[in-house]
Amino acid sequence: MDPRVAIIEHRLDGIKRIIAVASGKGGVGKSVTASLLALILAKRGYHVGLLDLDLYGPSSHIILGIDVDEYPSEDKGIIPPERHGIRFMSIVYYSKEHPTPLRGEDVTNAIIEVLAITRWGNLDFLIIDMPPGIGDETLDTIRLIKKSEFLVVTTPSKVALQTVVKLVKLLKELNVPIIGVIENMKFDDSAYVKDTVSELGVKYLGYVPFDKSFEDAVGSAEKLMKTDVAKKLSELVGNL
Amino acid sequence: MHEWALAESVVMTAVDIANKEDASKITKIIVKVGELQQIELDIFKYALDEIKKGTIMENAEIVLEEEEAILKCRVCGHEWKYKDVLEKLNEDISEAIHFVPEMAHTYIRCPKCNSPDFEVIKGRGVWIKSIEVER
Repeated sequence: MDPRVAIIEHRLDGIKRIIAVASGKGGVGKSVTASLLALILAKRGYHVGLLDLDLYGPSSHIILGIDVDEYPSEDKGIIPPERHGIRFMSIVYYSKEHPTPLRGEDVTNAIIEVLAITRWGNLDFLIIDMPPGIGDETLDTIRLIKKSEFLVVTTPSKVALQTVVKLVKLLKELNVPIIGVIENMKFDDSAYVKDTVSELGVKYLGYVPFDKSFEDAVGSAEKLMKTDVAKKLSELVGNL
Repeated sequence: MHEWALAESVVMTAVDIANKEDASKITKIIVKVGELQQIELDIFKYALDEIKKGTIMENAEIVLEEEEAILKCRVCGHEWKYKDVLEKLNEDISEAIHFVPEMAHTYIRCPKCNSPDFEVIKGRGVWIKSIEVER
């Protein structure tokens, strides 16, 4: 029997809310949304953790400009280093800049290991930057992190939205709480996403406009917080 | 001390199982320790002994069985032992594999065909093999 699974809930005991930022498709801004959300909540004075669960393409550390050269310190487990007021944990501390090709069973094993050994302590919020889709990582998050709630990100693209519809349907079928859907990188006035999301019976939280200059802020927490994207996102998640 | 986190998970799981079986105490537990994770057995045993105090596992005999890690390439079928490649890995890399054994796929390649697509057929990490209880 795998002894690690039983301890995961205990490791997450001191966390009030766990929010998984997810989407059906890559490239819609999940990592940016998750990273900014963590920053916004930390600036509001909350104790915040950020867990990058994207094992193939971890990127929260790039967005926030977090140095991952050193391994996190140990004290009867792994203590996530605090950066920009956020306790940050990612597989990238161990994989560095190297590719990490994993099959499903390995993905699950790596997720269980990280959840079993990371000691978050007391947090108001743990934000999880999810990989895209409804594969192993999403199923494992639902299975292992019972109190997770999902914040779903899409773009105005019909292609992205259709994958999001599938994710939302799955979450509803499994009775996983959905905080709502954010329409990211909006560039027109179409109500298509809002209408589609509403028809699914899920809250449309609003949109974040496409910001051509956003890329200049990537890598600097200070610059990120000054972007229009951060300001708009802060409004949308105002009453989390 | 990563060993402490794993020891804690072993004790918690064993006590959970014993409680579900309405057992009054655990008398023996056999834990397999896979070589890939490079667990320090002395620390792990010490942690188990400390953490079990005050639980129904307090007087349990703890047996640790080391399991050799064997890897098998999914592409060419070659099988090899982790210890045969371990000496070629620097300390940082074996440390990464110690924390998350799946990092083996980041740093190890099949010695025959150089593929990262292999499976760890045995000896990955910590596993509870058996628990003996008294009702």
